[in-house]
Amino acid sequence: MSAIPLSHILILASILFIIGFVGVIARKNTLYILMSLEVMLNAVGVAFIGAGSAWQQADGQVMFILILTLAAAEVAVGLALLIQMQRRFKSLNIDLLSKLKG
Amino acid sequence: MNISAMSVNATQINNTALNLSQSHVAMGLDSLQLMFYFAATLAIVASLKVITGKNTVHSLLYLVVSLLAVAVCFYLMGAPFAAGLEVIVYAGAILVLFVFAIMMFGLGQDETLHAPQSHAFKLSHISLWFGPSLIAVLLLIQLIFAIDNSAVQEKLTSNIIHAKQVGILLYGPYLLAVEIASFLLLAGLIAGYHFAKPEGISVNQPNVNKADFDKQEGSGEPS
Repeated sequence: MSAIPLSHILILASILFIIGFVGVIARKNTLYILMSLEVMLNAVGVAFIGAGSAWQQADGQVMFILILTLAAAEVAVGLALLIQMQRRFKSLNIDLLSKLKG
Repeated sequence: MNISAMSVNATQINNTALNLSQSHVAMGLDSLQLMFYFAATLAIVASLKVITGKNTVHSLLYLVVSLLAVAVCFYLMGAPFAAGLEVIVYAGAILVLFVFAIMMFGLGQDETLHAPQSHAFKLSHISLWFGPSLIAVLLLIQLIFAIDNSAVQEKLTSNIIHAKQVGILLYGPYLLAVEIASFLLLAGLIAGYHFAKPEGISVNQPNVNKADFDKQEGSGEPS
């Protein structure tokens, strides 16, 4: 059993997740949205590791590794899209992408 | 809506966890818990600095520090393998990819131009690197203390989850998930290659080709 109570680990994970969520919602720059997504994925990893260590199972770390690969793929695609966006619009403002609004 | 639903869920989990672990958790605050709270506070502060930053590269520095703080939290939770992965893959590879893309393609340009230049130049020069390096040094001191302190080590070794268990689980019951993750990485590689390609990739633009190769390498790196 872990020396740190699981509730506190989950509180930390929720705070980090909310910080990342606010970043995704509030920022206009697409690069900051990507970074906030990283913070959110990291918070989910904290929750998984904390739960895994509370129940003394290695499954939490397996899930963390899968989250890690997801983050790597997401960053690759996201940064490539950002490069395209910078090339076409000369800006990273997410509001410029609202052309499908109708 | 999402967040409130999640926090309700989290509190439910908390209650069950508390019932489970009440008999085992020591009531007083020991050094391990204090270190965990300290690292968690540093992680939260660094994450707040990430989403409120004006300059992209500085926000990235704070993001690296936030990931390092979370890695220290992982170590204190008894998952040293995950802590190592966090430092090597997250802070080491993914964030370097961020920095690479920003520096190479001028993605941070517009934010840097629009950043307020009003405050004194020298002061801002110092404060640029001071915050992240201060937090990083604090984390390093904490990690050294954790490794050096025998009481903390004793508490840690009793509930550690080794990399061996993770590996056995990863290549046993979770083998299918590993295969799907490899497909995901391949899809990321191909998508990165496709999207980062310049539009006019043809013979009448010979100058683009050199930079084009760099872009392809950069986007394919994390896999």
